[in-house]
Amino acid sequence: MKLATLAFLPALLGACSYQHYQSVFGNAGTDDHQFLTLFAIFMAVCTVMYVAVIAFLIVGILRRRRAGEANVVETGRHHRAHPLMRAGLIGWGAVVSIGLMALAITSFFTDRSMAQSAAHPRLSITVTGNQWWWDAVYNSADASQTLHTANELHIPVGVPTRIILRSNDVIHSFWLPSLAGKQDLIPGRETDISIVPKKTGIYRGQCAEYCGAQHANMAFVVNVDNYPDFINWWRQQLQPAPAPATPLAQAGFDYIAQHQCSMCHNIAGTPVGGQVGPDLTHFASRRTLAAGTLPMSVGNLHDWIADPQSVKPGTKMPKIPMEETDLRAVVAYLETLK
Amino acid sequence: MIERAWGDGNYDREADEERLAKERRTISRDGPKLTGAKLEARLARTWARPPGFLGWLATVDHKEIGRRYIVTALVFLALGGVLALLMRLQLALPESGLISAARFNELFTMHGSTMMFLFAVPVMEGVAVYIIPLMLGTRATGFPRLNSFSYYMYLFGGLLLWVAFALNIGPDIGWFAYVPLSGPEFSPGKRADIWAQMITFTEVSALAAAVVLVCTILKTRAPGMTLARMPLFAWAMLVTSVMIILAMPSIALCSSMLISDRLVGTQFYNSFEHGDALLWQHLFWFFGHPEVYIIFLPATGFVSVITETFCRRPVFAYPVVVLALISTGILAFGLWVHHMFATGLPRVGYSFYTAASMSVAIPTGLQIFCWLATMWDGRPRFQVPMLYVVGFIVTFVIGGLTGVMVAAVPLDLQLHDTYFVVAHFHYVLIGGAVFPLLGILTYWFPKITGRMMSETLGKIGFWMIFLGFQLTFFPMHWSGLLGMPRRVYTYPAGLGLELPNLLSSIGAFVVAMAVLLFVLNGLWSYFRGAPAPPNPWGASTLEWATPSPPPDYNFAHIPVVESRTPLWDTKDKLPVVTGLRVDDKELLLTTVVAAAPDLREPVPEPSLWPFIAACATGILFVASIFSPWAIVFGAIPTAIAMAAWFWPSQVKRHPEPVIG
Amino acid sequence: MMLEPRFTEDLAELPTHKFGPSSLTWWGIIGYMIVEGGFFAMAFAAYFFLMGHEQGWPPEGRIPPNFLWGTLFTIVILLSEIPNTMIKKAANAYDTATVRRLMPVIIAFGAALLIIRGFEFNSLNCRWTDNAYASIIWALLILHTIHILTDWGDTVVLWALMMTPLGYESRRLVDTDENALYWRYVWLLWIPIYLMIYWIPRL
Repeated sequence: MKLATLAFLPALLGACSYQHYQSVFGNAGTDDHQFLTLFAIFMAVCTVMYVAVIAFLIVGILRRRRAGEANVVETGRHHRAHPLMRAGLIGWGAVVSIGLMALAITSFFTDRSMAQSAAHPRLSITVTGNQWWWDAVYNSADASQTLHTANELHIPVGVPTRIILRSNDVIHSFWLPSLAGKQDLIPGRETDISIVPKKTGIYRGQCAEYCGAQHANMAFVVNVDNYPDFINWWRQQLQPAPAPATPLAQAGFDYIAQHQCSMCHNIAGTPVGGQVGPDLTHFASRRTLAAGTLPMSVGNLHDWIADPQSVKPGTKMPKIPMEETDLRAVVAYLETLK
Repeated sequence: MIERAWGDGNYDREADEERLAKERRTISRDGPKLTGAKLEARLARTWARPPGFLGWLATVDHKEIGRRYIVTALVFLALGGVLALLMRLQLALPESGLISAARFNELFTMHGSTMMFLFAVPVMEGVAVYIIPLMLGTRATGFPRLNSFSYYMYLFGGLLLWVAFALNIGPDIGWFAYVPLSGPEFSPGKRADIWAQMITFTEVSALAAAVVLVCTILKTRAPGMTLARMPLFAWAMLVTSVMIILAMPSIALCSSMLISDRLVGTQFYNSFEHGDALLWQHLFWFFGHPEVYIIFLPATGFVSVITETFCRRPVFAYPVVVLALISTGILAFGLWVHHMFATGLPRVGYSFYTAASMSVAIPTGLQIFCWLATMWDGRPRFQVPMLYVVGFIVTFVIGGLTGVMVAAVPLDLQLHDTYFVVAHFHYVLIGGAVFPLLGILTYWFPKITGRMMSETLGKIGFWMIFLGFQLTFFPMHWSGLLGMPRRVYTYPAGLGLELPNLLSSIGAFVVAMAVLLFVLNGLWSYFRGAPAPPNPWGASTLEWATPSPPPDYNFAHIPVVESRTPLWDTKDKLPVVTGLRVDDKELLLTTVVAAAPDLREPVPEPSLWPFIAACATGILFVASIFSPWAIVFGAIPTAIAMAAWFWPSQVKRHPEPVIG
Repeated sequence: MMLEPRFTEDLAELPTHKFGPSSLTWWGIIGYMIVEGGFFAMAFAAYFFLMGHEQGWPPEGRIPPNFLWGTLFTIVILLSEIPNTMIKKAANAYDTATVRRLMPVIIAFGAALLIIRGFEFNSLNCRWTDNAYASIIWALLILHTIHILTDWGDTVVLWALMMTPLGYESRRLVDTDENALYWRYVWLLWIPIYLMIYWIPRL
């Protein structure tokens, strides 16, 4: 519930000062690039059509009509029509039809081109939507190479990635505007979306299908890395969770293992193995928590665990009454999960 | 009461037939011997609306029912508008905590549902129910009691939704209530059931009104008003009513299936039990897409009416406009999948819907040419109704063009479910339907109330709403492109969404003030406006051949029509037919295409049974939210009410039929 | 009125009733037939949509509904067209006496059909909560039952009215003719439903 007062400044500076990390102008993926090209074509054609309509309107309003010549009831000629109008109607109909056909054909070609970019994915991720967070599994034939994470993805630049989309509850929609269009996650069905990133950077996506109370706070982050950086990240994520290094962290781990936390969350390499909520193995390596609701920080983590319902009312994570010392210990432990 | 016992008993049929023949010879009929003030006094007595509160409930006068529809719809417009203001207050600033997520979700659900189901369709029906018989040169609609029933069902549906909202059990599932979110597992309680049952009320109401309008337009037109001479507004309402009849059953079915899933455990939408969440989307949008044309086509009728009168000539290329209306109505049924482009259906199939969605722009584009050609070829006068037509053209075409954009799948996959689409549909709905509506209310206000609206206040109001609208909704194209999805109660700072949202919020208040000004203008003018002559605008259609406001019997003599613009082509005397009854209510039925006089149809007397039947049906619908047995038990009083509605008040035979 | 009237034809001799499309209520009935037809058409669409997802129909290898009661229902409802047509012809011939005699016959048919329908529900071999297949066939059967019930109710009320002196009123005979028309619609609509519930699952 923060008043983002400073947001006014960049807003006044205009859109170009943004990195467009959550906008169609991000132009960071081939699909978004195709979108921008097609959008520009449509804008051009539609603007021409609109100008034609307004021009006709203005001419109709401003036209000087000589007194006895108008085809109106006052002159008794209201059943006549100017011959130009008939030709105009046919011409107009032709122009509109041809224009729309051209736009439709351009759209089909773009669609086909997008299908072609999606034809040979080299990386496969399964994203499952839940109310109100994203589960992600990097698929691999080898079970030991299957990466399980939540709410934040890393993908390598230039590599076609296929994201398989499923839902555990209601309909969600995976939307990463800077890179591609969206695709719905529908329970009982499997859909997919193809992303071919072109520019490295950090991008934000959001659920785009109303999915209940906290739909507005169901975001995710996608890091597009250079290939070596991606490999490093991937190898790091495949590691089990590091053992707690300090006594405080150890106390935190013990608390988690012995209380409700372990019923929902999973920390690989430990007995904490719940499958209901987000995987926490490398939790601290993420930039946000609660699916983009808050930036990752000690203070925010503290507030979140102390009372998730006040941060994100309706979230499935319950408020668990904890002593302050326990809470600090848990936070300290989680901070080590990089 | 039954005068005699069952069967023939002591009934002497021959004697009764003789009595009837004798009485038939002395019936008073209108004509050269009974005309002018004497005729008007007799007609006024026959067609008088019953007095008192019960009389008010029992009326079947189409003008009264039309007025009720319009006033009720405007109240819902105001309520829905207040919800919009609350939403805009919350969204004016990023990460605002003014309104909670849960409450906001209720607000957008109520806003959409109110505007779509309780304002847009009913107001169009209300205007049509009021003006169509007058425009067609007749005294009543067909099935006046059904008309009355349809209003009460609408009112009760609206009350159900809003009372529930006031009691904090209003729906929060979005106006199109996708499953599984609206299903039994993810929407516990009764909120979703209330939404679904409101649908049942409003769709029963709309279907009844549609049947009334189709029958009225096809069968009760004045002699000589062939289909080719019928006003364009009547064509628009004919096509709209047929669309309602074909589209509304789909939403009735899917909302009933939703209630059934929630109440008695059916599995229509449950993918774990061989059901499918997409079944809802197909059934809903099969209705939902035609729905927006059901709202738009009457507005095109309004534009035709206003353009003709204020450009002083009939709309250019009448046959083209008629064909455009019909083809829009047909095409509208083939587009619905464009709401589902992101659901992963086969892309090949999507191409068909892209083509269809774009091609529906062609007939609309032709209509726009015809209106512009009428302006060009005529002498436009820019009084308030014509200003709204200009506002319509400027605004609606933008919405139509953004519609062409989202018809393209690659574009839609970015723009779907974002504020870009919110901008698009407000441009087409407000620009395309509300602007013409405000114009037509100004235009027909003198006919309905007998007074003129203030031209000055009207002009100020027009500019306020036109400019306020652009300020509110144009920035939404931008916020959608900048990554703001729909139905979010807040948005993060730093994405560039602050400025467009703030502008939208400011604009919303300008629009609200403009609507308030329009209402105040209406109220002030109702009491103090300049008295209106029968034809203040110098228009051409038959409704202007009656006093303002029209008497209960509409026309003293039923006119004969010889052209598309009867009042412009009549030299000095209006041709009329004679021989219709004066002391009992009857309607002249004519043939469907050529409008040749065919039958004299008795018109039902005012009756409380439609109101009672609506109450019984209403109780059945509301109770069935809580238990399926309500359908069985509630059916009994409903059946009794319906039987009583049909049962004549006397079983004595009359010389000519009377429905009482 | 501002304009003076110029009197043209006199319509006093126009009839006050006609059978068929000249009658206003005929159009009302057709309108509601299309409304209900639309309702059923969307239900059929839902049926085929759900069926399209499945390898087997009924899914999970369940047994389809028993033939007996549904087929008996179909035979009886087709037979009911005989008195129905006779009533329609009598109404068109202004023969109130025949109408009065025959309407109890069709009312009896209707009652028999409602009883058979009860047995049909029992022989569907599934419960509406089982899965979407069960839900849609129960829905189809319930919708048609409501159709029969309401038309049967209409017919009873109409018969009561025909038994009074108003039975000789031409407009009541038009009502009778239109009611018979509607009954035809009720059994015509049954045929695809019968096929969808009893035959298609066996294909």
